Amino acid sequence: MRFWRDAMLVAGKDLRIERRSRVALAQILPFGGIVVVMFAFALDADRTSLPVAAPGLFWAAVFLAALLAIGRSFAVEEANTARDGLRLSGLDGAAIFIGKAVAIAVELFLLEVVLGAAVIVLYGVTVSGVLVLVCSAVAATIGLAATGTVYGVLATGLRARDTLVPLLVLPAVTPVMLGGSRAFAAALQGSSSDAWPWVQLLVAFSVLSLAAGTMAFGPLLEEA
Amino acid sequence: MSTLRRYWFGATVVVALAVTAVFALWLSPPDAQQGDVVRLLYLHVPTIWVAFLGFFVTTLASALWLVPRTRRVEWDLLAGASAEVGVVFTGITLIVGSIWGRPTWGVYWVWDARLTTTAILFFLYLGYLALRRTAATADERGKRCAIAALIAFADVPIVHFSVTWWQTLHQSGTVFNSSLVSGIHGSMAFTLIWSVGAFTVFYVYLVMRRLQLAELEEGLEERELELAIAERQRVEEMVSV
Repeated sequence: MRFWRDAMLVAGKDLRIERRSRVALAQILPFGGIVVVMFAFALDADRTSLPVAAPGLFWAAVFLAALLAIGRSFAVEEANTARDGLRLSGLDGAAIFIGKAVAIAVELFLLEVVLGAAVIVLYGVTVSGVLVLVCSAVAATIGLAATGTVYGVLATGLRARDTLVPLLVLPAVTPVMLGGSRAFAAALQGSSSDAWPWVQLLVAFSVLSLAAGTMAFGPLLEEA
Repeated sequence: MSTLRRYWFGATVVVALAVTAVFALWLSPPDAQQGDVVRLLYLHVPTIWVAFLGFFVTTLASALWLVPRTRRVEWDLLAGASAEVGVVFTGITLIVGSIWGRPTWGVYWVWDARLTTTAILFFLYLGYLALRRTAATADERGKRCAIAALIAFADVPIVHFSVTWWQTLHQSGTVFNSSLVSGIHGSMAFTLIWSVGAFTVFYVYLVMRRLQLAELEEGLEERELELAIAERQRVEEMVSV
């Protein structure tokens, strides 16, 4: 019980910072938007190739924006030596991990809703298989947020943190990129049955990365 | 190990690799289907073996570092040295594989499960090495890198699984040539086994030298610190005078 209270405290803190500073809203979200537009330029915006590539492009845009969100989540701990405060707060390390991952996941959900709408409108995608879309998005987002949080704390306080985190995170989350894109593609083609194995993969990845983070986060936070 | 012994070890490695080259280039026959291109495999197979061995040793050393009872700074240095050799050999494997793929498959790269996993493996451990380099002190490096190594190692099977699935669901037929395994000629088998052995010894030699270098680096840092303190004291003395 206390564990969840601790986690929600940390998540609430991070989300409150984002609500007040408006960095997520005014910088990360527009960044995701311009990436979606850039992809259309890259593929010579015709209506045949864009809908086909849409699932992968959507997730690529989400991943790029997620890297910013992860960096931001640990940048706020760097300022005013907030990390020491967090360490001395007596909160459980695993709960801090869950809290920070939840905050990133919530931000990413909002981002996905907006970018999803942008992709539907700009790429001319016909939506189908909503249940699969939602389930795979939830599972993928949790996996992405959890893995990002682990690597975020791993690089905390290091000289080249900003450039290091993307290099660490992206190879590690290839299963999420594959799973998310393939599940979305199958759902949009109207073959939801092909999508469910991918949703299962995404769920498995999320569970594993949550477990890894819960174990590793406490010792890593002490260290940093 | 004394300097003399090290030279002997180095000479043995050179001879073993030279014998590999002689067998791979001249003494083994060309393949019935692939012709002379098959000779690339005598480089390709041992390099990926060494890469896997390297990453396995990295994982093992990281685990040993993490257990408090067996924690020694040498395990951390060994993990780093082994990963470095592993990354280099993964890179060589990818390049040699591409050169082999061009005449055999007609393209440099296919999104085959094995190739894709190897490429991701390459980037995973490049990230690990980057993490090692950014950590300023040995204490800072130890725990982070050990945990990162374990996560990377655990991630590889998941990546391989997802990539395999991607391929079986979306592409029919694999390009891998079954003639490689079946009916392998006697001297070809010998060349392959010999080259794997020779490269394994080469790996041990490289890791050993890299470890030595790491110890020298650590010593250098200490020495620089001593010098800096001495310099500081001198300046303070001058100021007080």
